[in-house]
Order: sequence, then C-alpha cells, then structure tokens
Amino acid sequence: MRIPDSILRIDRRIIFLLIGAAVCIPLILKPRFQDSPTPIVQSIFDTVERLPAGSRVFLSFDYGPDTAPELDPMAKALVRHTMTRGHEVSFFTLFPEGVGQIKKITDNLLPVEFPDKAYGRDYVNLGYKAGLGGAINTMVVNFRTLVNADAEGTPLDDLPITADVDEMVDYVIILSLTAGDPGLKEWIQFAGDIAGIPVMGGGTAVVAPELYPYYPQQLVGLMGGLKGASEYESALVDRYPTYRNATMEATMRMGPQVVTHVLIVLLVLLGNLAYFLGRSDRRNRAGRTGQ
Amino acid sequence: MDVTLMLWIDAALTLMILSFLYRDNPFYKFAEHLFVGVSAAYLMAVGFWDHLVPNLLGKLFPSLMSGVVPGAVGRSPDYYYLIPAVFGMLLLTRLIDRWAWLSRWALAFIVGGAAGFNLPRFLDSDFIIQVQSTMIPLVVLDASGNLLWGASFSHVVLVLGVICGLVYFFFSVEHKGALGHVSRAGIWVLMVTFGAAFGYTVMARISLLTGRMEALGAWLGSIF
Amino acid sequence: MRRRIPLIITFIIGVVLITGYFVTRGPFNTLYESFSDYFAIITVFAFILGGGSLLKIHLKRVSSRAADWPYSVVTLVAFLVTLVIGLFKVGNPGGMSGEILASGSWLRFMFDGVYNPLSATMFSLLAFFVASASYRAFRARTKEATILLSAALVILLGRTPVGAWMTAWMPESLAFLELPNLANWIMAWPNTAGQRAIMIGIALGVIATSLRIILGIERNYLGRGE
Repeated sequence: MRIPDSILRIDRRIIFLLIGAAVCIPLILKPRFQDSPTPIVQSIFDTVERLPAGSRVFLSFDYGPDTAPELDPMAKALVRHTMTRGHEVSFFTLFPEGVGQIKKITDNLLPVEFPDKAYGRDYVNLGYKAGLGGAINTMVVNFRTLVNADAEGTPLDDLPITADVDEMVDYVIILSLTAGDPGLKEWIQFAGDIAGIPVMGGGTAVVAPELYPYYPQQLVGLMGGLKGASEYESALVDRYPTYRNATMEATMRMGPQVVTHVLIVLLVLLGNLAYFLGRSDRRNRAGRTGQ
Repeated sequence: MDVTLMLWIDAALTLMILSFLYRDNPFYKFAEHLFVGVSAAYLMAVGFWDHLVPNLLGKLFPSLMSGVVPGAVGRSPDYYYLIPAVFGMLLLTRLIDRWAWLSRWALAFIVGGAAGFNLPRFLDSDFIIQVQSTMIPLVVLDASGNLLWGASFSHVVLVLGVICGLVYFFFSVEHKGALGHVSRAGIWVLMVTFGAAFGYTVMARISLLTGRMEALGAWLGSIF
Repeated sequence: MRRRIPLIITFIIGVVLITGYFVTRGPFNTLYESFSDYFAIITVFAFILGGGSLLKIHLKRVSSRAADWPYSVVTLVAFLVTLVIGLFKVGNPGGMSGEILASGSWLRFMFDGVYNPLSATMFSLLAFFVASASYRAFRARTKEATILLSAALVILLGRTPVGAWMTAWMPESLAFLELPNLANWIMAWPNTAGQRAIMIGIALGVIATSLRIILGIERNYLGRGE
C-alpha cells in the first residue's frame, strides 16, 4: 500500500481517539483565553444593561440536555446579568426538556449566587407549554389563555411578579435560548414582528448561521454557540468584575474548542494532501501503463 | 438522591453510549433503548402536567381538578374546551386500526393550523422583511461624504449574494448565458454559506462532547 | 366523509388563522384566539400518540420474539416506569399538586440521572463522526468544494482564539484579513446573503404549500385510500 492510500485508510477509531484527547487534555490543563464580545453579542448585553432596574424580562429555555453544554453557559450569563441589574425574570420553555434546564437555574444557581432574590417576586417559572409557534401566538393574542399559572400551579394573580402581566407586550424584551424549532425564529415570527417586542438570545452553533438574516432588523443580537456564550461572559466580567472569580463555563470550554478545531483543520489538510498525492500518483501510473 | 450515586449512573450511561465508537454492542443497545423509553414517557408526563392539566382539564373539570390546579377553584366549566378534547381523542384513534381514519380529522386541524399560522408569518418575517432588509445602499459614505470602501463592498456582497442565490433557486428557466453566470455566482455564495454552517456545526458538536467529558471528569474526580 | 370532512376542517382552520392575523377584532378574532389555543392543546395529544405507538410497536416485537426483542423489553420497562413516576408524581415533595420536576421527585432523578446523560452523550457522538467525515470526505475536488472548504477553515480557526494568534502579526492596514475579523465578516455578509436567499426560497415554498393545503389541492397528509 502506498503512503497516501495508507494515510487515507487510517482506522476511524484512531481519529476518534485523537478527538477524545484533544477535548480531554485542555480540560485537564485548563488554559484560559481572553475573549471580547463581537457587536452581535454586545448588542444583547447593552440592551439588558440599559433597561431600567425592575424591567420585566421573558427568558425562554428552548432547549434540552442534548445542547446544554452550549446553551447552559448562555443561560447562566443571562440570569447573572439580569439579576445583577435587578430585572424581573419570567422563565418559560417551548421544549418539554427545557423544564429541567430551568430547574437547574432556579434550584442551583439562583439560591446560591442570589440568595436575596425571591421566587415570585424577582423571578418566576412559567413552565412548559406545547404548541410550537401556536403557543407563542396564543400568548401574544391572549397571554392569560395559555399561561394562567406558574409551573407550581399558583395563579399569576397571586404572584407579585406576574400580577400585572396581562399581555405579552408587558414584557420589555424576549430572550430565547434556541436549540432548533421552536426557538428564536418562532419568537421573531410570532412575537417580535407582530407585537413589536425586541427579540434576542442565543442559539446552538448549528442554528446560529440560519438566524443571521434576521439581524439586526428583527433580532437585536445573537450569541452563536459556545463562542457567543464566551463573548457574553467576557462582557459580563468586564462590566462586573465581581464575576471575575465565578466559574465561566463557556470561557473554560474554549480550551477544547481551540485544540479540536486545530486538529480538525490539520486532519482536513492531511486528508486533502493524501488525496492529491494519491491522485497524481494514480495518474502517473496510468500514464506509464498507457505508454 | 445521593450525588455520588448520580455521578456513577451518569458515568455508566455515558460510557455505554460512547462504547458505540468502538462498535455496536449490547451496552450501547441497552442505553439506546433505555433512552427511547424514558424520553417518550418524560415528554408525555411533562406535556400532561404542564399543558393538559392547567389548559384543558382544569378548564373542563375545574372542581375535579381544583386539588392540582389551584386557579381552577370556584371556576365554572368552559365546555368549549370539549372541542380540542374531542380532536385530541380523535388523534389517538390512529392506534386502533379500525378507527384510524378518524385521526385524519385531528390531523386536519393540526395541518390546517400549521398552514394558517405559517402563511402570513413566513410572508411577513421571511419574505417581505427579508427583501426590505436587502434594500440597502450599495455605496456607503461617511458623514463627510467620503466613500467607505469596506462597508460598500460588504453591502454589494450582500445584495448581489442574495440575488445570485435566488437566481440559482429559480428553476423555471434554463441556467444558460448571463443567467448561467449569475446562477454560478449564486452557487459560490451558497458554498460560502454551507462552509460557514459546517464550521459552526463542528463547533457545536465539540461543545457537546466537552460537556460530556466534563461530566466524566467529575465522576473520576469523585473516585480519586 | 373520510376525506371530505378533513379537507373542510383544514380549510376552516386555515382561513380563520389567516384572517385572524389581519383582523384583530370581532368574531373572527375570537375564533382565531380559540383555535390558536386549541391547536396547542391538540399537539400535546401527539406526545400521547407517540407514547402509544412506541408501546404498540415494542409489544409486538416482544410478542413475536423479533430480532433483539429483549431490548424492546428495556424500552417498555423504561417507558412504563417513567410514565407511572411522571403521571402519579411519585416521590414529589409537593404531592399531586407539586411542580412536575420538583427537587427530590423521582421524575427529577430520571431527568437528571438518566435522560440527561443519555441525551447529551447521544448527541456528543456526532463530534467524533463529524471529525472522521471531515478527514475522509472534505476534499477540494472542484472550485465550489474549495470555496466551501476555505470558508469552513476560516470559520473553524477564526472563531477560536488561535485564529487571532495566527494572524496577530498582520499590519493594522490589513486588520480585516485577520482570521477573527474574516470569520465575522463571512458570517455577517456572505453567510447572511446565502441564508437569506435560502430563507426567501423556503418562505415562498411554505406560502405556496400552505395555500395548497388550505385549498385542498395538497392532500398527501391524509394518506392513501378511504
């Protein structure tokens, strides 16, 4: 077997091992990379930052555990930011799995980092609603028809944070963390473009490129994948240095990103090199046979 | 639930799935089938308690549901909700071969609903506003009237890129001559788009793997 | 009756939902609000249908002793156990009126301990396959493939700090060629152009298909036969 062919026929499990190592080694060594927000991320940060304290924010966790490593850091950064700014946050989800993602925040992050914030006064969990875009539509035309109680069944009127919420437009911004359909696209189509509520948020890196055409007319800003989350974390740390010692998950996870991206680029280049060397080799042999 | 036990279960299930990388095996199959069963039931349970109970049963049978839907106390039944209840039940007839044809009625509601929702919204958000957003000046000047080369180039790329891309998707005319060249430029724009999408997809997949490796790291950390 | 009634239902629902978008008052709007709400409720029954279908298929596999039938037993047991835990809120500190995923409930354990790792790992497998596929199939065979490959490589490097490091030597006047800037530019302009062209194309397709469905021209969703 010639060298180019043998390179092309490497057992795929060797590539798997290389990828595994490229992810694990940086996780052990924990290199930290400085990041800075791009305008598309900075605009979300600025919007949240400029809202007057006590503004009603709607935060939809439209994802599940399968995309949590990308979207959880965004969720945490947004919750930290909105809570630090003193906004009133309503958690919601259009994904059944999103219920568990919300609980991670309300059970683990909020009581630890914001012990002075109270459920029902500073934040509320409105739970899951089915119906995809239809659910958003129902909320826009008549919010209370769809959401008449929080996830625990407490009527909205009995909670200080939602007692005055009668319509979707009572929220000043909609933030969605999107893994697919329904997500930011539906929030834009069914709420942002119709009710005029500014829509922004984050998407997995798979979804993010598809959302760029909405920016900036219909989408205030977008965090794309782990890099977007890392940019938001850096903006948060720059503005609020108290978070400098907090665990910034996306920033930590950029280490494996760097190494694996470089590895994949090298693999692609090696694959191409072997392919072209093999092709010219085959042509030469064919030429010799022809003679 | 004990944290250590959770870490062990988490790690065991993670390793079972990852074992597929070597080759298909009984551990992977077990985990795969477990996932299917748990996820289907989880979706049903959350859908039932978070949507059906407050939004259907609580409105149809408020007194009966008052124990689990506090807001239903003292409310009178709203019999209009028999409509979605009946359609919902009709959807379930698909499970019974003899009556499966009745599920078409419910399916018709869902399909008609999706079509009715999508038509005006795609027309507005994904067509009209997208066309509007593409109507940007090709020559960008600063406040003093100087030409901004970079911004102008970007605007030209966007406008021509959208037009060329659309021409490529226009299959009613054969792509020959000038149209062929425009269509070819459209393919190049789409290739850049797909390249970007590929780069982002790699980024996404690596992020997910990082999350899992962190979980395995937490498990190993609990042992050593 | 088996085909005509569904077509009538589709027409009525579709027309009401389209009209309600434009007419914000009066009886049409009331119907619009109601149908929108009913739509969301009916979609929940799709979960139940999915569960029922899963049960039916795997019971059949077990009863006929089909290949790998013991794994169907795993699915059935996992499904039934989780369903009972979920529907009866087993172990929920708030009882039947408690939050579905309340801390300490058994369903929360199933979500955190079982669903979470299985779901996350299943999708993380793709990292390995995408790398392997890139190595084997990502070739600059044609001009188009080379453009795609180049864009992908710029994004891969430009969206990480290594891209900035690689091109940090560039003079200020060529800053736009630094990999992070190039990656951001590709995303903001050519990517937006391509995605927008696709988006407009899809929008036209959705509009045409929705009209065909509402007017009863498109009937494939009804299946074949009476």
